[in-house]
Amino acid sequence: MSINATLIGQMITFTLLVWFTMQYVWPPLIEALEERKKKISEGLAAAEQGEEDIKLAKKKAANYLKEAKAESANIIALAQKRANEVVEESKDTAKLEGEKMIELAKSQIEQEMQQAKENLRKQVSSLALKAAEQILQAEVDKAKHKDILSKASSQLG
Amino acid sequence: MASEGGSTGYIVHHLTPLSVGGGFWTLHLDTLFFSAVLGALFIWFFKSVAEKVTTGVPGLAQNFAEMMIEFVDQQVKDTFHGESKLIAPLGLTIFCWVFLWNMMDLLPVDLLSIISSLMGVEYLRVVPSTDLNATFALSISVFILIIFYSIKIKGVFGFAKELTCTPFGPWMMPFNLLLKVVEEIAKPISLALRLFGNLYAGELIFILIALLPAFLQPFLSFPWAIFHILIIVLQAFIFMVLTIVYLSMAHEDH
Repeated sequence: MSINATLIGQMITFTLLVWFTMQYVWPPLIEALEERKKKISEGLAAAEQGEEDIKLAKKKAANYLKEAKAESANIIALAQKRANEVVEESKDTAKLEGEKMIELAKSQIEQEMQQAKENLRKQVSSLALKAAEQILQAEVDKAKHKDILSKASSQLG
Repeated sequence: MASEGGSTGYIVHHLTPLSVGGGFWTLHLDTLFFSAVLGALFIWFFKSVAEKVTTGVPGLAQNFAEMMIEFVDQQVKDTFHGESKLIAPLGLTIFCWVFLWNMMDLLPVDLLSIISSLMGVEYLRVVPSTDLNATFALSISVFILIIFYSIKIKGVFGFAKELTCTPFGPWMMPFNLLLKVVEEIAKPISLALRLFGNLYAGELIFILIALLPAFLQPFLSFPWAIFHILIIVLQAFIFMVLTIVYLSMAHEDH
Protein backbone atom coordinates (compact mmCIF):
# COMPACT_ATOMS: atom_id res chain seq x y z
CA MET A 1 0.00 0.00 0.00
CA SER A 2 3.05 2.15 -0.23
CA ILE A 3 3.29 5.30 -2.25
CA ASN A 4 6.14 4.96 -4.67
CA ALA A 5 7.42 5.90 -8.09
CA THR A 6 4.35 4.37 -9.72
CA LEU A 7 2.71 7.64 -8.75
CA ILE A 8 5.05 9.59 -11.00
CA GLY A 9 4.51 7.20 -13.87
CA GLN A 10 0.75 7.50 -13.48
CA MET A 11 0.96 11.26 -13.36
CA ILE A 12 2.92 11.32 -16.59
CA THR A 13 0.39 9.02 -18.26
CA PHE A 14 -2.43 11.19 -16.97
CA THR A 15 -0.84 14.37 -18.24
CA LEU A 16 -0.34 12.82 -21.65
CA LEU A 17 -3.96 11.66 -21.75
CA VAL A 18 -5.31 15.04 -20.78
CA TRP A 19 -3.06 16.78 -23.26
CA PHE A 20 -4.13 14.46 -26.05
CA THR A 21 -7.81 14.84 -25.22
CA MET A 22 -7.46 18.60 -25.08
CA GLN A 23 -5.60 18.73 -28.36
CA TYR A 24 -7.22 16.17 -30.60
CA VAL A 25 -10.41 14.82 -29.07
CA TRP A 26 -12.42 17.56 -27.44
CA PRO A 27 -12.26 20.41 -29.99
CA PRO A 28 -13.50 18.57 -33.13
CA LEU A 29 -16.26 16.79 -31.24
CA ILE A 30 -17.57 19.83 -29.41
CA GLU A 31 -17.34 21.82 -32.64
CA ALA A 32 -19.43 19.23 -34.46
CA LEU A 33 -21.95 19.30 -31.65
CA GLU A 34 -22.19 23.07 -31.72
CA GLU A 35 -22.51 23.08 -35.47
CA ARG A 36 -25.28 20.52 -35.40
CA LYS A 37 -27.04 22.48 -32.70
CA LYS A 38 -26.82 25.54 -34.92
CA LYS A 39 -28.10 23.61 -37.90
CA ILE A 40 -31.05 22.30 -35.96
CA SER A 41 -31.98 25.68 -34.58
CA GLU A 42 -31.66 27.17 -38.06
CA GLY A 43 -33.87 24.47 -39.46
CA LEU A 44 -36.44 25.09 -36.75
CA ALA A 45 -36.34 28.81 -37.44
CA ALA A 46 -36.79 28.18 -41.15
CA ALA A 47 -39.73 25.91 -40.48
CA GLU A 48 -41.32 28.57 -38.32
CA GLN A 49 -40.70 31.17 -41.02
CA GLY A 50 -42.32 28.87 -43.56
CA GLU A 51 -45.35 28.43 -41.38
CA GLU A 52 -45.62 32.19 -41.00
CA ASP A 53 -45.35 32.58 -44.76
CA ILE A 54 -48.12 30.10 -45.34
CA LYS A 55 -50.33 31.94 -42.89
CA LEU A 56 -49.63 35.20 -44.69
CA ALA A 57 -50.30 33.67 -48.09
CA LYS A 58 -53.56 32.20 -46.85
CA LYS A 59 -54.61 35.57 -45.55
CA LYS A 60 -53.69 37.17 -48.85
CA ALA A 61 -55.62 34.56 -50.80
CA ALA A 62 -58.66 35.10 -48.61
CA ASN A 63 -58.39 38.82 -49.21
CA TYR A 64 -58.18 38.33 -52.96
CA LEU A 65 -61.19 36.08 -52.87
CA LYS A 66 -63.14 38.63 -50.91
CA GLU A 67 -62.19 41.35 -53.35
CA ALA A 68 -63.16 39.25 -56.33
CA LYS A 69 -66.48 38.42 -54.75
CA ALA A 70 -67.19 42.08 -54.07
CA GLU A 71 -66.27 42.99 -57.59
CA SER A 72 -68.46 40.34 -59.12
CA ALA A 73 -71.36 41.44 -56.94
CA ASN A 74 -70.74 44.96 -58.13
CA ILE A 75 -70.75 43.88 -61.74
CA ILE A 76 -73.96 41.94 -61.30
CA ALA A 77 -75.64 44.92 -59.66
CA LEU A 78 -74.50 47.16 -62.46
CA ALA A 79 -75.81 44.75 -65.10
CA GLN A 80 -79.12 44.50 -63.32
CA LYS A 81 -79.38 48.25 -63.18
CA ARG A 82 -78.57 48.50 -66.86
CA ALA A 83 -81.17 45.86 -67.69
CA ASN A 84 -83.77 47.70 -65.68
CA GLU A 85 -82.90 50.85 -67.52
CA VAL A 86 -83.22 49.13 -70.87
CA VAL A 87 -86.58 47.71 -69.92
CA GLU A 88 -87.73 51.11 -68.71
CA GLU A 89 -86.53 52.71 -71.90
CA SER A 90 -88.28 50.21 -74.12
CA LYS A 91 -91.44 50.64 -72.08
CA ASP A 92 -91.28 54.37 -72.67
CA THR A 93 -90.74 54.01 -76.40
CA ALA A 94 -93.54 51.50 -76.60
CA LYS A 95 -95.88 53.89 -74.82
CA LEU A 96 -94.89 56.72 -77.13
CA GLU A 97 -95.33 54.53 -80.16
CA GLY A 98 -98.73 53.39 -78.96
CA GLU A 99 -99.81 56.95 -78.34
CA LYS A 100 -98.67 57.90 -81.80
CA MET A 101 -100.58 55.03 -83.30
CA ILE A 102 -103.67 55.95 -81.37
CA GLU A 103 -103.32 59.54 -82.57
CA LEU A 104 -102.96 58.32 -86.09
CA ALA A 105 -106.00 56.10 -85.83
CA LYS A 106 -108.01 58.93 -84.30
CA SER A 107 -107.08 61.28 -87.13
CA GLN A 108 -107.88 58.62 -89.68
CA ILE A 109 -111.22 58.05 -88.05
CA GLU A 110 -111.85 61.76 -88.07
CA GLN A 111 -110.94 61.93 -91.68
CA GLU A 112 -113.18 59.02 -92.58
CA MET A 113 -115.97 60.55 -90.55
CA GLN A 114 -115.51 63.80 -92.41
CA GLN A 115 -115.61 61.99 -95.70
CA ALA A 116 -118.67 60.04 -94.67
CA LYS A 117 -120.33 63.28 -93.64
CA GLU A 118 -119.39 64.82 -96.94
CA ASN A 119 -120.75 61.86 -98.83
CA LEU A 120 -123.87 61.87 -96.78
CA ARG A 121 -124.35 65.59 -97.41
CA LYS A 122 -123.84 65.16 -101.10
CA GLN A 123 -126.26 62.31 -101.17
CA VAL A 124 -128.76 64.19 -99.04
CA SER A 125 -128.41 67.29 -101.19
CA SER A 126 -128.82 65.31 -104.36
CA LEU A 127 -131.74 63.54 -102.77
CA ALA A 128 -133.25 66.85 -101.76
CA LEU A 129 -132.59 68.19 -105.24
CA LYS A 130 -134.38 65.23 -106.77
CA ALA A 131 -137.20 65.63 -104.29
CA ALA A 132 -137.47 69.29 -105.15
CA GLU A 133 -137.35 68.49 -108.88
CA GLN A 134 -140.18 66.11 -108.43
CA ILE A 135 -142.11 68.65 -106.41
CA LEU A 136 -141.62 71.36 -108.94
CA GLN A 137 -142.02 69.00 -111.77
CA ALA A 138 -139.42 70.85 -113.50
CA GLU A 139 -135.88 70.62 -113.95
CA VAL A 140 -133.85 72.62 -111.65
CA ASP A 141 -131.05 74.30 -113.36
CA LYS A 142 -128.04 73.48 -111.40
CA ALA A 143 -126.15 76.41 -112.58
CA LYS A 144 -129.02 78.79 -111.97
CA HIS A 145 -129.79 77.67 -108.52
CA LYS A 146 -126.24 76.91 -107.56
CA ASP A 147 -126.33 79.38 -104.71
CA ILE A 148 -129.52 78.01 -103.25
CA LEU A 149 -128.27 74.49 -103.58
CA SER A 150 -124.98 75.08 -101.92
CA LYS A 151 -126.69 77.05 -99.17
CA ALA A 152 -129.01 74.14 -98.63
CA SER A 153 -126.27 71.54 -98.62
CA SER A 154 -124.25 73.60 -96.18
CA GLN A 155 -127.25 73.79 -93.90
CA LEU A 156 -127.51 70.01 -94.14
CA GLY A 157 -123.93 69.55 -93.04
CA MET B 1 -6.81 -20.73 -5.98
CA ALA B 2 -6.50 -21.03 -2.23
CA SER B 3 -3.28 -22.96 -2.50
CA GLU B 4 -0.46 -21.29 -0.65
CA GLY B 5 -1.21 -20.11 2.85
CA GLY B 6 -4.96 -20.75 2.75
CA SER B 7 -7.48 -18.00 2.33
CA THR B 8 -5.24 -15.30 3.81
CA GLY B 9 -2.57 -16.17 1.30
CA TYR B 10 -5.12 -16.03 -1.50
CA ILE B 11 -6.31 -12.61 -0.47
CA VAL B 12 -2.83 -11.23 0.00
CA HIS B 13 -1.78 -12.71 -3.31
CA HIS B 14 -4.61 -10.96 -5.09
CA LEU B 15 -3.88 -7.65 -3.48
CA THR B 16 -0.15 -7.70 -4.08
CA PRO B 17 0.91 -5.72 -7.09
CA LEU B 18 3.46 -6.85 -9.62
CA SER B 19 6.38 -4.66 -8.73
CA VAL B 20 9.98 -4.05 -9.66
CA GLY B 21 12.59 -2.01 -7.87
CA GLY B 22 12.71 -1.21 -4.20
CA GLY B 23 11.98 1.53 -1.72
CA PHE B 24 10.45 4.63 -3.24
CA TRP B 25 11.62 3.61 -6.70
CA THR B 26 9.31 0.64 -6.78
CA LEU B 27 7.16 0.50 -9.89
CA HIS B 28 3.85 -1.32 -9.92
CA LEU B 29 4.04 -2.70 -13.42
CA ASP B 30 0.47 -3.98 -13.43
CA THR B 31 -0.97 -0.62 -12.47
CA LEU B 32 1.13 1.19 -15.02
CA PHE B 33 0.41 -1.37 -17.70
CA PHE B 34 -3.36 -1.59 -17.28
CA SER B 35 -3.93 2.10 -16.82
CA ALA B 36 -1.85 2.81 -19.91
CA VAL B 37 -3.74 0.20 -21.93
CA LEU B 38 -7.09 1.55 -20.74
CA GLY B 39 -5.98 5.11 -21.42
CA ALA B 40 -4.96 4.07 -24.90
CA LEU B 41 -8.35 2.43 -25.37
CA PHE B 42 -10.06 5.65 -24.35
CA ILE B 43 -7.86 7.75 -26.61
CA TRP B 44 -8.23 5.37 -29.52
CA PHE B 45 -12.00 5.34 -29.33
CA PHE B 46 -12.49 9.08 -29.04
CA LYS B 47 -9.76 9.88 -31.54
CA SER B 48 -11.26 7.54 -34.12
CA VAL B 49 -14.63 9.20 -33.59
CA ALA B 50 -13.13 12.70 -33.75
CA GLU B 51 -11.41 11.90 -37.03
CA LYS B 52 -14.59 11.08 -38.91
CA VAL B 53 -16.94 13.29 -37.00
CA THR B 54 -19.92 14.53 -38.95
CA THR B 55 -22.44 17.22 -38.25
CA GLY B 56 -25.04 15.15 -40.04
CA VAL B 57 -26.64 12.01 -38.68
CA PRO B 58 -24.11 10.46 -36.28
CA GLY B 59 -23.22 6.78 -36.27
CA LEU B 60 -23.35 4.53 -33.24
CA ALA B 61 -19.83 5.29 -32.01
CA GLN B 62 -20.19 9.02 -32.61
CA ASN B 63 -23.52 9.01 -30.88
CA PHE B 64 -21.96 7.44 -27.81
CA ALA B 65 -18.99 9.80 -27.86
CA GLU B 66 -21.28 12.78 -28.25
CA MET B 67 -23.38 11.58 -25.37
CA MET B 68 -20.27 11.46 -23.17
CA ILE B 69 -19.05 14.83 -24.40
CA GLU B 70 -22.40 16.49 -23.84
CA PHE B 71 -22.71 14.89 -20.42
CA VAL B 72 -19.32 16.20 -19.32
CA ASP B 73 -19.89 19.56 -21.00
CA GLN B 74 -23.17 19.93 -19.15
CA GLN B 75 -21.49 19.17 -15.83
CA VAL B 76 -18.81 21.74 -16.55
CA LYS B 77 -21.35 24.35 -17.61
CA ASP B 78 -23.40 23.74 -14.49
CA THR B 79 -20.55 24.35 -12.08
CA PHE B 80 -17.88 26.27 -13.87
CA HIS B 81 -18.66 29.78 -15.03
CA GLY B 82 -15.88 31.06 -17.16
CA GLU B 83 -13.67 30.28 -20.08
CA SER B 84 -11.33 27.35 -19.90
CA LYS B 85 -10.03 25.11 -22.62
CA LEU B 86 -8.69 22.66 -20.08
CA ILE B 87 -11.45 21.82 -17.64
CA ALA B 88 -13.90 20.05 -19.92
CA PRO B 89 -11.36 17.78 -21.64
CA LEU B 90 -9.82 17.15 -18.22
CA GLY B 91 -13.21 16.13 -16.88
CA LEU B 92 -13.81 13.83 -19.83
CA THR B 93 -10.43 12.21 -19.45
CA ILE B 94 -10.88 11.68 -15.73
CA PHE B 95 -14.37 10.30 -16.09
CA CYS B 96 -13.55 7.84 -18.85
CA TRP B 97 -10.21 6.77 -17.49
CA VAL B 98 -11.42 6.21 -13.95
CA PHE B 99 -14.49 4.45 -15.27
CA LEU B 100 -12.33 2.09 -17.33
CA TRP B 101 -10.07 1.43 -14.32
CA ASN B 102 -13.07 0.63 -12.20
CA MET B 103 -14.59 -1.53 -14.89
CA MET B 104 -11.66 -3.91 -14.57
CA ASP B 105 -13.21 -4.76 -11.24
CA LEU B 106 -16.05 -6.53 -13.00
CA LEU B 107 -13.72 -9.05 -14.62
CA PRO B 108 -13.64 -12.35 -12.72
CA VAL B 109 -11.05 -11.95 -9.98
CA ASP B 110 -9.00 -14.95 -11.03
CA LEU B 111 -9.22 -14.62 -14.78
CA LEU B 112 -6.29 -12.37 -15.57
CA SER B 113 -4.13 -13.56 -12.67
CA ILE B 114 -4.44 -17.18 -13.86
CA ILE B 115 -3.57 -16.17 -17.41
CA SER B 116 -0.60 -14.15 -16.19
CA SER B 117 0.61 -16.89 -13.89
CA LEU B 118 0.57 -19.26 -16.86
CA MET B 119 2.84 -16.76 -18.58
CA GLY B 120 5.15 -16.73 -15.55
CA VAL B 121 4.03 -13.55 -13.89
CA GLU B 122 3.30 -14.36 -10.29
CA TYR B 123 1.50 -11.31 -8.97
CA LEU B 124 -1.09 -9.29 -10.80
CA ARG B 125 -3.54 -6.69 -9.61
CA VAL B 126 -5.72 -5.73 -12.50
CA VAL B 127 -7.74 -2.82 -11.10
CA PRO B 128 -5.60 0.33 -11.21
CA SER B 129 -7.94 2.17 -8.86
CA THR B 130 -7.15 -0.28 -6.07
CA ASP B 131 -3.64 1.13 -6.20
CA LEU B 132 -3.17 4.23 -4.08
CA ASN B 133 -0.49 5.39 -6.50
CA ALA B 134 -2.97 5.57 -9.31
CA THR B 135 -5.64 7.45 -7.42
CA PHE B 136 -3.12 9.80 -5.83
CA ALA B 137 -1.52 10.42 -9.21
CA LEU B 138 -4.85 11.72 -10.42
CA SER B 139 -5.69 13.74 -7.35
CA ILE B 140 -2.22 15.25 -7.00
CA SER B 141 -2.33 16.28 -10.66
CA VAL B 142 -5.66 17.91 -9.97
CA PHE B 143 -4.19 19.53 -6.85
CA ILE B 144 -1.32 20.98 -8.88
CA LEU B 145 -3.89 22.40 -11.31
CA ILE B 146 -5.84 23.88 -8.40
CA ILE B 147 -2.75 25.65 -7.08
CA PHE B 148 -1.73 26.69 -10.59
CA TYR B 149 -5.08 28.24 -11.41
CA SER B 150 -5.45 29.83 -7.98
CA ILE B 151 -2.18 31.65 -8.51
CA LYS B 152 -2.88 32.37 -12.18
CA ILE B 153 -6.30 33.89 -11.57
CA LYS B 154 -5.78 35.60 -8.23
CA GLY B 155 -2.09 36.30 -8.48
CA VAL B 156 0.48 35.22 -5.92
CA PHE B 157 -0.57 38.02 -3.60
CA GLY B 158 -4.26 37.36 -4.01
CA PHE B 159 -3.85 33.68 -3.37
CA ALA B 160 -1.71 34.37 -0.30
CA LYS B 161 -4.33 36.81 0.91
CA GLU B 162 -7.05 34.21 0.47
CA LEU B 163 -4.98 31.68 2.41
CA THR B 164 -4.28 34.00 5.31
CA CYS B 165 -7.19 36.42 5.58
CA THR B 166 -10.22 34.16 5.18
CA PRO B 167 -12.47 33.14 6.74
CA PHE B 168 -11.79 35.14 9.94
CA GLY B 169 -10.04 38.29 8.75
CA PRO B 170 -6.40 39.37 9.00
CA TRP B 171 -6.23 39.32 12.82
CA MET B 172 -6.55 35.56 12.91
CA MET B 173 -3.86 35.02 10.29
CA PRO B 174 -2.07 31.89 11.61
CA PHE B 175 -5.34 30.19 12.38
CA ASN B 176 -6.72 31.07 8.94
CA LEU B 177 -3.61 29.75 7.28
CA LEU B 178 -3.83 26.48 9.16
CA LEU B 179 -7.50 26.12 8.28
CA LYS B 180 -6.92 26.90 4.63
CA VAL B 181 -3.95 24.59 4.29
CA VAL B 182 -5.91 21.74 5.80
CA GLU B 183 -8.80 22.54 3.50
CA GLU B 184 -6.60 22.53 0.43
CA ILE B 185 -4.66 19.41 1.40
CA ALA B 186 -7.90 17.61 2.18
CA LYS B 187 -9.02 17.98 -1.42
CA PRO B 188 -6.53 15.64 -3.09
CA ILE B 189 -6.46 13.26 -0.15
CA SER B 190 -10.22 12.87 -0.02
CA LEU B 191 -10.42 12.53 -3.80
CA ALA B 192 -7.81 9.79 -3.90
CA LEU B 193 -8.91 7.91 -0.80
CA ARG B 194 -12.59 7.94 -1.73
CA LEU B 195 -11.97 6.27 -5.05
CA PHE B 196 -9.34 3.94 -3.67
CA GLY B 197 -11.42 2.92 -0.66
CA ASN B 198 -14.52 2.14 -2.66
CA LEU B 199 -12.79 0.09 -5.28
CA TYR B 200 -10.41 -1.64 -2.88
CA ALA B 201 -13.29 -2.70 -0.69
CA GLY B 202 -15.31 -3.78 -3.71
CA GLU B 203 -12.47 -5.88 -5.03
CA LEU B 204 -11.89 -7.35 -1.61
CA ILE B 205 -15.49 -8.47 -1.43
CA PHE B 206 -15.21 -10.09 -4.85
CA ILE B 207 -12.14 -11.93 -3.59
CA LEU B 208 -13.96 -13.03 -0.44
CA ILE B 209 -16.88 -14.27 -2.53
CA ALA B 210 -14.41 -16.17 -4.68
CA LEU B 211 -13.28 -18.00 -1.51
CA LEU B 212 -16.76 -19.39 -0.90
CA PRO B 213 -17.92 -22.74 -2.22
CA ALA B 214 -18.50 -22.65 -5.96
CA PHE B 215 -22.27 -23.22 -5.83
CA LEU B 216 -22.74 -20.17 -3.60
CA GLN B 217 -20.61 -17.78 -5.59
CA PRO B 218 -23.03 -16.81 -8.38
CA PHE B 219 -25.73 -15.86 -5.87
CA LEU B 220 -23.40 -13.43 -4.19
CA SER B 221 -21.13 -12.20 -6.93
CA PHE B 222 -23.97 -11.56 -9.36
CA PRO B 223 -25.88 -9.06 -7.16
CA TRP B 224 -22.62 -7.55 -5.96
CA ALA B 225 -21.49 -7.09 -9.57
CA ILE B 226 -24.76 -5.40 -10.45
CA PHE B 227 -24.42 -3.12 -7.45
CA HIS B 228 -20.86 -2.52 -8.48
CA ILE B 229 -21.91 -1.30 -11.92
CA LEU B 230 -23.54 1.57 -10.09
CA ILE B 231 -20.51 2.15 -7.87
CA ILE B 232 -17.94 2.28 -10.64
CA VAL B 233 -19.89 4.84 -12.63
CA LEU B 234 -20.70 6.81 -9.52
CA GLN B 235 -17.07 6.93 -8.37
CA ALA B 236 -15.88 8.05 -11.79
CA PHE B 237 -18.61 10.66 -11.84
CA ILE B 238 -17.79 11.91 -8.34
CA PHE B 239 -14.12 12.22 -9.18
CA MET B 240 -14.92 14.23 -12.28
CA VAL B 241 -17.49 16.51 -10.68
CA LEU B 242 -15.31 17.25 -7.66
CA THR B 243 -12.41 18.06 -9.95
CA ILE B 244 -14.60 20.51 -11.82
CA VAL B 245 -15.90 22.00 -8.59
CA TYR B 246 -12.40 22.40 -7.10
CA LEU B 247 -11.10 24.00 -10.27
CA SER B 248 -14.03 26.37 -10.52
CA MET B 249 -13.41 27.32 -6.87
CA ALA B 250 -9.82 28.05 -7.83
CA HIS B 251 -11.12 30.30 -10.60
CA GLU B 252 -13.36 32.27 -8.30
CA ASP B 253 -11.91 35.63 -7.37
CA HIS B 254 -13.15 37.01 -4.09
